[in-house]
Amino acid sequence: MKQILTVANKEFHDGLRNRWLVSITLIFALLSVGLTYFGAAASGEMGITSLSTTIASLASLAVFLIPLIALLLSYDSFVGEQESGTLLLLLTYPLSKTQLLLGKFIGQGSIIALATLIGFGASAVLLYFQLEDNAIVSAFSLFILSAVLLGLSFTAISYLISLSVSEKSKAAGFALITWFLFALAFDLALLALLVGVEDGISQTGLTQLMMLNPADIFRLVNLAGLDSSDVNGALAVAINASLSQGQLITALTAWVAIPLTLAIFIFRRKKL
Amino acid sequence: MTTPIVSLTDAGKSYNKLDALQSVTMTLGEGEVLGLFGHNGAGKTTMMKLILGVISPSRGQVAVMGMAPDSKEAWHCRTKVGYLPENVSFYEQLTGLEVLTYFAKLKGFNKKQAIDLLEQVGITHAMKRQVKTYSKGMRQRLGLAQAFIGEPKLLLLDEPTVGLDPIATGDFYRTVDQLKSQGSSVILCSHVLPGVEQHIDRAMILSSGQLLAMGSLAELRHQAALPVEIKAHGLNGAIASHDHLANFISPVCSQTLNVPEAEKISVLKTLLGFDNIEDIHVESANLEQVYQHYLALHAQKQQAKGQS
Repeated sequence: MKQILTVANKEFHDGLRNRWLVSITLIFALLSVGLTYFGAAASGEMGITSLSTTIASLASLAVFLIPLIALLLSYDSFVGEQESGTLLLLLTYPLSKTQLLLGKFIGQGSIIALATLIGFGASAVLLYFQLEDNAIVSAFSLFILSAVLLGLSFTAISYLISLSVSEKSKAAGFALITWFLFALAFDLALLALLVGVEDGISQTGLTQLMMLNPADIFRLVNLAGLDSSDVNGALAVAINASLSQGQLITALTAWVAIPLTLAIFIFRRKKL
Repeated sequence: MTTPIVSLTDAGKSYNKLDALQSVTMTLGEGEVLGLFGHNGAGKTTMMKLILGVISPSRGQVAVMGMAPDSKEAWHCRTKVGYLPENVSFYEQLTGLEVLTYFAKLKGFNKKQAIDLLEQVGITHAMKRQVKTYSKGMRQRLGLAQAFIGEPKLLLLDEPTVGLDPIATGDFYRTVDQLKSQGSSVILCSHVLPGVEQHIDRAMILSSGQLLAMGSLAELRHQAALPVEIKAHGLNGAIASHDHLANFISPVCSQTLNVPEAEKISVLKTLLGFDNIEDIHVESANLEQVYQHYLALHAQKQQAKGQS
């Protein structure tokens, strides 16, 4: 355990030193405060918009940003150290591969989690002071929790990439493709399936398919409780046959645990 | 000698069909310094990795301090092993002290020991600077400090003197001698070679995964039967006209004699018998020549095998 914490501490401080924490927090805070205030600008109003509009717009932006940031932060975790030779050196230390991986995950995961908490928490606090509505607390808690899980999930996925390739530049390429697939292509494919194939898929079937993408689970978690007028696309259909929030959060947690376990498995079998 | 620190019994490693290391048998005792020589891809690093337990042998056994280094039981032994990899570049954004503290903590030591080690390798003045500002020599010293964490019983150093200036190289060899006198065993891995001779007890020569020769320098020299080089000054044509000595004249230089080890003394005696001799310079084959000899021999054998 001490070894894991030593690694985690180092990774966390790397995140501080590289200004990752500050930049991510700032991006999230600006984005969420901006959306909270000006989210309704499109409909010709100014000032604080409704809670559901805010969450809906936050969720649809976060679903692109968080995976991208998580992948950027972690894609070179292993392949980078392999290239510089420190990975081999670390493995001659009394430090197991599992400990190293978990240490990195805790360190980098904390950066993402903390940035999400502070960044989006800021606008939650702001909104709360303006509206004094308790619904804000619960809605934002759920939003932040799912956002953290989404970030952790993509951190674990980027470890899979980082452990499977032998060059940093390849890892960057794969990270970009992964992001594109999960954040954009998957939804387009679903939509195509819905529109293109008549009676091709039931509502339940669609929801089940969505479980294959952590980004979609995140959307479901946050949009399911809202007025459907704020939601469109494939999601609107899926929401009608929605799973409970508990089930969705469990599915999202699985999307953290499974890639992480797989990464440990790959790391153990990796030749150096 | 009690149980050896390292012992390899017919240990080898293959990747797919490629033999990175063919069966090697060797032992390393306490306080012994072994030089491991060979070109790139000769299997030096593979052998080091086997001893470090980072990879498992495809055949044969490896034991470090009586245990298989890749096993769970050997876990605590890792604190007692120091390793300096070839071409390692430490975390550039961290300061030297931060890097060393991180590695020290992973071995169960603290910042204070890290500072002491930095002092030992002589980069205390730069410890608060980022590693990316370090020169190659300073990086190498940092790597050495890392390998010295926890006064290891076994040190594996891959190309330790690359990038070090002559003074730092001298410092480094002094440290090796000191560690040796404290009972640490050292494996020094190197392409070559000058200066290393006085500091190693035994040498091992590898080429394309094969063990070509192993033994003390004197043994290897004897086995290789390389001639002693004797240069005599002031004799002019006297050597060429001498019946016995004329046989040994080097094809390159008429002042130089290449004499087999066994004939050395008799030749020297003859030379000293000349009245007008001014100076004599005697040089036994050095490590580099021994190394070249074994490599050439190996190449000849390979060629003969290829033809048959």
